Amino acid sequence: MKLLTLLSLFVTYLVTDCINIENTAGHFFSSGHTNNWAVLVCTSRFWFNYRHVANSLSVYRSVKRLGIPDSHIVLMLADDMACNHRNPKPATVFSHKNMELNVYGDDVEVDYRGYEVTVENFLRVLTGRLPPSTPRSKRLLSDDRSNILIYLTGHGGNGFLKFQDSEEISNVELADAFEQMWQKRRYNELLFIIDTCQGASMYERFYSPNIMALASSQVGEDSLS
Amino acid sequence: MAAYRCLRCARLLLVFISSWYVVASSEETTQGHDRVSVADNPQTAADTAKQPLEERRWEATQVDKAVPGDAAAAAHKQDFPVPDSVLTPTPQLNDEFKEELVIRPLHSGDIYASFQFRTVWETDFTRGSKVSHYRLFPKSLGQVISKFSVQELHISFTQGYWRTMQWGQPYHPSPPGAELWVWFQDTVTDVDATWKELTNVLSGIFCASLNFIDSTNTVQPSASFKPLGIANGTDHRFLRYATLPREIVCTENLTPWKKLLPCGSKAGLAVLLKSEKLFHSSFHSQAVHIRPVCQDQQCKTMSLELRQTLNVVFDLHTSGQGKREWSLFKMFSRTLTEACPLAASSKIYIDITDNPQEEQFELSPATPLLSQAVVLGDRRTFSVYDLTQQVTFGTVRSLNVLIRWKSTEGDMLRPLLHAERYVAGYGLQTGEIHTLMYNNHPFRSFPVLLLDSVPWYLRLYIHTLTVTSKGKENKPSYIHYEPSKDRVRPHLLEMLVQLPPHSVTEITVQFERALLKWTEYTPDPNHGFYVGSSVISALVPSTVAMNTNITEEQPLFSTFFPCKEESSYFVRVYTEPLLVNLPTPDFSMPYNVICLTCTVVAVGYGSLYNLLTRSFQIEEPNPGLAKRIANIIRKMRGVPPL
Repeated sequence: MKLLTLLSLFVTYLVTDCINIENTAGHFFSSGHTNNWAVLVCTSRFWFNYRHVANSLSVYRSVKRLGIPDSHIVLMLADDMACNHRNPKPATVFSHKNMELNVYGDDVEVDYRGYEVTVENFLRVLTGRLPPSTPRSKRLLSDDRSNILIYLTGHGGNGFLKFQDSEEISNVELADAFEQMWQKRRYNELLFIIDTCQGASMYERFYSPNIMALASSQVGEDSLS
Repeated sequence: MAAYRCLRCARLLLVFISSWYVVASSEETTQGHDRVSVADNPQTAADTAKQPLEERRWEATQVDKAVPGDAAAAAHKQDFPVPDSVLTPTPQLNDEFKEELVIRPLHSGDIYASFQFRTVWETDFTRGSKVSHYRLFPKSLGQVISKFSVQELHISFTQGYWRTMQWGQPYHPSPPGAELWVWFQDTVTDVDATWKELTNVLSGIFCASLNFIDSTNTVQPSASFKPLGIANGTDHRFLRYATLPREIVCTENLTPWKKLLPCGSKAGLAVLLKSEKLFHSSFHSQAVHIRPVCQDQQCKTMSLELRQTLNVVFDLHTSGQGKREWSLFKMFSRTLTEACPLAASSKIYIDITDNPQEEQFELSPATPLLSQAVVLGDRRTFSVYDLTQQVTFGTVRSLNVLIRWKSTEGDMLRPLLHAERYVAGYGLQTGEIHTLMYNNHPFRSFPVLLLDSVPWYLRLYIHTLTVTSKGKENKPSYIHYEPSKDRVRPHLLEMLVQLPPHSVTEITVQFERALLKWTEYTPDPNHGFYVGSSVISALVPSTVAMNTNITEEQPLFSTFFPCKEESSYFVRVYTEPLLVNLPTPDFSMPYNVICLTCTVVAVGYGSLYNLLTRSFQIEEPNPGLAKRIANIIRKMRGVPPL
């Protein structure tokens, strides 16, 4: 008698579980991506733009701590703050005035530095059209199952972002670059974060799917970043 | 979602009920389960206890040949004998790793520390045999050497300028910025294309912008930079030399450099390499040197030698304390606890030549080992700490070498060869480069080879080149000059000059500054443009007989430059880089011009258009309120308005 009730319970358990398995499997794989990449760009030069380098390095540390390895991060810093002669604490970059957390750290890999951070190099990294002798650490080797984080910080305006005080990238160019990436299947989902003045203008022109964009300021607002 | 949750609850309930039934019906089996789970825990606890101990006792995996590294590891073998049958036999690799640190207290109170890590590997990349198994030699560099058919590679990253007159001669000279010189094997057909690819690959390995090296800053020296290792021929078509004086060196360059070491930065002398202290110094230079060497006098087998050197000079006053005292902890904020287990020898040398009776400074902990070496033309005495011996670490199991100064007297040996360089002149059109070379030897003269590589935007007038010593003209015995080509290649000037004893030789050349195209300026053009350091190579007469026997066991710092004869030693001196301002346009002018032009056009065209097309009409003025009311009353009355 006991055995019969046990058996019937077990059978009903199995039946309900089978219906469930498909749902849970679907939930698990609904995000659709298999690898993560990050492109972190600081576009400002000179000592008074120290905070932009600190911003990029903070995001770099967070991204690394949460599991993306150096081989999947393209870090572009337009100027060197850590070993700058004006830095009273060499080999350190702090993002807060209490100087508790050194975001530069002891294990950092900067892929593009100094004069290499230009609009052309940034667009080439995104679209993958680099000269054949470029080393792997300087390439964005993403595929159609990659989720990419793109973080830009620096000085910007309504519809443009200033690179190194000498050139700009416009929101139309950026939108076209993302469309090229979409057509070449270089991303699954894109998270675009921009931390500049009037940053919302940079994502006004996006027309490719699967992009989520965040900005630190609206059009007409100054972002003290 | 709610239905899903219901289903989940129902499932959990079913599971609970069925497990209760299982428990109720079979009691022996549950007792058995408990016993198994309890037995698991002590096993895992024992495992975790054994893990850290086993990791500390790492040993070489060599099965057959007794490598010297085994001698160091043998001391640790007592507790955990490694069962040889478990290890898979590795192929014979015959590589050896040595590390050393030389500390030289300087007369100004500063201290000079020089690290050297050397790996020698008996292999031959020239015969094209594929190498796939790497042990101590880093795989990234091995693949670079075999792919690009490199015979010798020397790359250095330096921050700061070496002050020869205050600090003496360095063990490994290097110019400020980045310097790369490579000898390719004679099997390479297109050296320029290979050079371009090599610089790109190295920029990825060292996180430096070496990809800026191109034909505008690469030269082929004809007489300087002869191979430092063994070489069959010295055809200078296979040599390339480039410097990037603007290149900065920071933690991002140190990190990959440390990863090339066999022990990384986890054990041995490399634990001292912490970036926060290393870059807070007057001078910091890290370099990688790869060259083929002979193992014995007959040179039957070729070996590949990799030397990683790091030279740093710490400033007494930036550390904050006024006391004239140095220790490993003060310099590096770390102490040593063990040698690298993979190292055949791991030593620290402290230069005590100026301190024979301990009257200048006091060294602790005391060490019985003393060593003498002839280096840089002088016989120096060193106290040696051997890190492979446990007794060096004492009872506290850590080594912190302390140097306490007692007196500040005594002068140092003046370096025999010294050089300076500066730009003279005014304005942004012309200028003059002056190079001064000092020969401080009282009675001997010797020849020096000067290499100057000037970028194309400083147009040198070689007809104004003058070389004077002691007021009289000094004609160089060998001049090699390659004129520059705009935007293609730089100037190359090589001269062999005989320096008379106890004199200053001055070389001057006038130049004119070029106006660059507006796209060629850097984003910060008002900083100026750098001209790379001049290189002066010489065989300087030595006061003591140099050791030319390569098979004798010598410390690493004395074998960096090969010594062919006993009476002289090789020295390379780098001058300062120059910073020149080029005529810079005002980059805001295009915007200003557009604004002005548009305003002028708008005002002019607008006025003309108005003049031509504007027509005038007569309009009645608007009457006042009283008049309007009066007009309305009049209209009502039928009377004509006002």
